[in-house]
Amino acid sequence: MAKTLTEKILGRKAGREVSAGEVVTVSPDYYLSHDNSAAIIGEFKKLGVARVRAPEKIIIILDHIVPAADEKYAQNHKTIREFAAAQGLSNFFDIQHGVCHQVLSEAGFALPGKLIVGSDSHTTTYGAFGAFAAGIGRTETASIWATDEIWLRVPETLKVEFSGKFQPGVSAKDAILKIIGDNGADRANYEAVEFSGPAAGGFSAASRMTLSNMAAEMGAKNAYFEPDAVTLAWLKGRAKSEYEIVRSDPDAAYEATLQYDLASLEPQIACPHTVDNVKPVREVEGKPFHQALIGTCTNGRLEDLEAAAKILKGRKVHSSVRALILPASRAVYLDAMREGLLEILSEAGCVILNPGCGPCLGAHQGLLAAGEVVVSTSNRNFRGRMGNRDSEIYLASPATAAASALEGKIADPRKYT
Amino acid sequence: MSIGRVWKYGDDVNTDVIFPGRYTYQIMEPAEMAKHALEDLDPDFAKNVKPGDVIAAGRNFGCGSSREQAAACLRAAGVQAVIANSFARMYFRNAINLGLAVLQCAEASDAVKAGDEVEIDFAGGRIISGARIFKFFPLPESVIGIIEAGGLIESTKRKLGT
Repeated sequence: MAKTLTEKILGRKAGREVSAGEVVTVSPDYYLSHDNSAAIIGEFKKLGVARVRAPEKIIIILDHIVPAADEKYAQNHKTIREFAAAQGLSNFFDIQHGVCHQVLSEAGFALPGKLIVGSDSHTTTYGAFGAFAAGIGRTETASIWATDEIWLRVPETLKVEFSGKFQPGVSAKDAILKIIGDNGADRANYEAVEFSGPAAGGFSAASRMTLSNMAAEMGAKNAYFEPDAVTLAWLKGRAKSEYEIVRSDPDAAYEATLQYDLASLEPQIACPHTVDNVKPVREVEGKPFHQALIGTCTNGRLEDLEAAAKILKGRKVHSSVRALILPASRAVYLDAMREGLLEILSEAGCVILNPGCGPCLGAHQGLLAAGEVVVSTSNRNFRGRMGNRDSEIYLASPATAAASALEGKIADPRKYT
Repeated sequence: MSIGRVWKYGDDVNTDVIFPGRYTYQIMEPAEMAKHALEDLDPDFAKNVKPGDVIAAGRNFGCGSSREQAAACLRAAGVQAVIANSFARMYFRNAINLGLAVLQCAEASDAVKAGDEVEIDFAGGRIISGARIFKFFPLPESVIGIIEAGGLIESTKRKLGT
């Protein structure tokens, strides 16, 4: 019987043929956690086992509040470092590396055909490289540390077919915002999302990560591109282990197929306070705001910083706006430094933050006061997420955020391209 | 069976309004978490919620983050069950793993109003509100074992024999 990529990966792990709707118990290839590892360690200790079952599968990346913003966070990090050392965890990444999803991918763990779970909702990101990757909770992670097993329901698959080519100033972020806006924040709840169609191959590895990352905001369990030449080029010299290319069969069953023509797409923006409250940027153009955030695991890669720098080069951020740059990883930071992007952005008046989650989840580094508005390239605009509950978050592409920072009000980036 | 009062909310009640991110690494005790439950959606909830109360909501309850505090804070606040038209995937898993009952029943969540008294018959799969009786969507068999054990930690301990 014809199978989707997800059915094939879960079936191989289950040791039998499986179809959407079945529940399987499987052993993942890798399991990710971050600063929440301290809480996971607490749960793990309740289980009454001394050692983790498969230390080589545990990946811990400190990224949420790095460097520690206060002594509680410092204690969390200390607890995690000590546990990693005591358990002999070789895949422990301390605070200098960047956001977990970028770091795990750069380190070559995110590979075609792999089954990866992570106690972070944007674990879906690794689908960009053809892996099955899904977010789970902390308690589940503690249980996996002890048992190397998890139950998963095999999801149905929603196919999103892309055709056409972006006009200048429009990018992957606009595409995923449009999809979420058209279909709702729960359209893909419990489902796999397959990004395909004639234009799928045209997305860079970085753009694929943007799409797979934000598919979590439509409820997706996992979201992927089938591996192709772009995937293999990214993996070259990076892959941490052997892997097998898995693709969907041509006649596999899909729950539905959505079609998007990239050529007709214009810049999009998600308005407060839900990710599916999406409008074309031109409909909110001119709205004053106070802070721009360009970066995060959604849009903190080199192509994103390039898009921002292209617009801000030789210009100044508007005096009423604070512009924050948040590279997704140290590797991105270094590349951006070597390319001169950090210099351009700093000269324009931006604050360059260290790689990490920064203010995206509302814990430190640029939170909002009551009545303030942010234009952010991150993935969530829920009420209160970046500080005060009476602040507002608009989600947009790096180009839109940069153009807006320049003007001091929400602006369509196409006039700068 | 115990009787609880209904707290009624809409669609897409997300994890940030159930338990704000600013507390996720600051508050570790469930009883403390309960004091901030639903703080950014309904500041009156944590002050007035009583053990046995029930939340009724629309579609996609618990969307957003994977943070378990969003389930833990409601359980610690004494919430007997959340009834919703649908649940976000990770919230559904987390709630089960922490022993918070999550019942998918659009008929009930649409019909009940804030302050209504409801009774939940878990064994019989029924939600009773006055003269009205609603059947709820049964949980998959594979997860019933986890709930019966009292959550995932207990169920894993049984599996490990520890």
